[in-house]
Amino acid sequence: MREIAVVAFVQTQHSGEDQGLHETEILAPVITEIKEKTGLSRFGFTCSGSCDYFQGAPFSFVSALDVLGAWPPISESHVEMDGAWALYEAWVKLQHGEIDTALVYGFGKSTQGVLRTIMTQQLDPYLLAPLGVDQVSLAALQARAYMERSGAKEDDLRAIAARSRASGRDNPFALHLPDPEDGDEYDVAPLYPHDVAPITDGAAAIVLAAGDRARELCERPAWITGIDHRSEAHSPGVRDLSRSASARLAGERAGAAGIEIAELHAQFSHEELILREALGLGEDVDVNPSGGALSANPPMAAGLIRIGEAASRIHDGSASKVLGHAQSGPCLQQNLVCVLSGENNG
Amino acid sequence: MPSEPNHILEFPGGYTRSVGPVIGRFFSDLRDGRLTGVRTAAGKVLVPPAEYDPETSEDTTGEYVEVGPAGTVTTWSWVPRPLKEHPLDRPFAWALIRPDGADTALLHALDVGVFEEGAKPPKFLKTGMRVRPKWRDERTGGIGDIECFLPEVTMINAPTRLEYRMKGGRTLQRFLEGVSEGRILGDRCPVCEQVIVPMKGICPRDGVPTTEEVELPHTGTVTTFAVNNIPDPRAPEVPFVSAYVLLDGAGLTMLTLVAGIPADQVRMGMRVKAAWRPREEWGRTMNNIKWFEPLDEPDLPFEAIKDYT
Repeated sequence: MREIAVVAFVQTQHSGEDQGLHETEILAPVITEIKEKTGLSRFGFTCSGSCDYFQGAPFSFVSALDVLGAWPPISESHVEMDGAWALYEAWVKLQHGEIDTALVYGFGKSTQGVLRTIMTQQLDPYLLAPLGVDQVSLAALQARAYMERSGAKEDDLRAIAARSRASGRDNPFALHLPDPEDGDEYDVAPLYPHDVAPITDGAAAIVLAAGDRARELCERPAWITGIDHRSEAHSPGVRDLSRSASARLAGERAGAAGIEIAELHAQFSHEELILREALGLGEDVDVNPSGGALSANPPMAAGLIRIGEAASRIHDGSASKVLGHAQSGPCLQQNLVCVLSGENNG
Repeated sequence: MPSEPNHILEFPGGYTRSVGPVIGRFFSDLRDGRLTGVRTAAGKVLVPPAEYDPETSEDTTGEYVEVGPAGTVTTWSWVPRPLKEHPLDRPFAWALIRPDGADTALLHALDVGVFEEGAKPPKFLKTGMRVRPKWRDERTGGIGDIECFLPEVTMINAPTRLEYRMKGGRTLQRFLEGVSEGRILGDRCPVCEQVIVPMKGICPRDGVPTTEEVELPHTGTVTTFAVNNIPDPRAPEVPFVSAYVLLDGAGLTMLTLVAGIPADQVRMGMRVKAAWRPREEWGRTMNNIKWFEPLDEPDLPFEAIKDYT
């Protein structure tokens, strides 16, 4: 396997309100900044993650290419998923050995539609989508299944939200949300509003580089020592919603052991508990010091941001083995685990 | 979200989708009012049926099995404020429901009754609840042929009402005559000399007719009480307090309401007085006394009321 590392990470100051910016205008400063940061203006490969449904326009991701200066033509690809899967595609491309650098980005503007309803469009069109079941209602089914199996209470979920929001207030890029307030009405029971990731607009970009090119571009590269993604059956009625078998498998295959810091793409409080268990993260692991998706959840970027935030702890020398996680689909259907290490940086 | 959308993504008339033989079988059976699963090579029954076993990815056997239609809730969520895309326009549950005879669960809406917008989930809504589909009258072959699921019947509400034409008897008529004049009347036993109120015409202790009518003051002492949390036509605001009050000079307690004080501050031994409705509302009824209210007097010690509690 080729040595491949995250050498740069940039994100927007995420917003909980529509700032009147087009998706490409949200993305453009991030691309400009990461080019300046790495000194690169051309990349061996470029891959993006976004969702056309946020703008309600087919192929809307193509307009984002304008911010790259894609002339003469570049080698480029796109996933209609979180940018973390764009990073996976770029990592595979780098493994092929023909290129040494890749630009990966993800962006999402969820303030101009109803996100939970838009996400109904990702469901099976025969048996699930026609019911009108939304993303939060499905997540709440999983929350109940987990709570009844594990004995976790609503207060345990609230504690996750409170810790995430407190951490988010220390993160200049996250939304700065108040402590959860008692007496809130349920959103979809058993989830309260604080258990649901906030509606967010934002973007993020990562540059990957291989071998010596990585060492040139970054003082302390965050080497990807393992990356894996696994998917489960789509129908929530055929799997054990109280556990995440796919996250467990992806974690095992990515080598999720001895982790100091984990950035988990938990869009709902209970997902953090399910993921901690599936990935075998003990009390000694610092989970979501950035505040996680519960403090800022720009869709299609929030998973990539988890890898970027984890890599940043290697870049700044504060940790030597970290984990970034991303999810896709209803009820944690698909999970990606990326383990990063600074142990070989000397 | 801004109030009115200025961009709408819609495919007029919806997409036409072919369903294939497996989901087609499921939908055709739904249209007939049946719930069908398919058996896997390992012998499990998948509902809704699928072309493949989600555990092994092998083809399923093509053996269709009628299941349910009753089933068991395996997990649920509660929507206090439905979205316009939701199948019900008032609070309802989403549930994964494992039909009897199936090994997997079907997602659908579960209607557990009429609740105010924003309501909390009802206590009886639980994992393990037994439910059945509510079939639509006009079925077209789709998951919406089931309008929603409903809980199995575990209780009924039986009407109970009997009508009477009461005459309370001579003594009660005399007592109510007093009440209609703003007086509380008792009668004295010639043997034990205690005053019985409301008057009965007979001493319950000695079994002899009473001989002397006595008008009692409107003040007394709470001997014991109960805090009621179920609304009553006579006391619609809960919690309310019902109490036994020993009128001054009486030998028996009267059952009445106590108000004018928070329910959790009512005490045994508390001094109270009758609160009468306005005179123009009086009739031959105990309703003339709304309730008893606290008097600004020290409580009586327990010793003074111990024989009446």
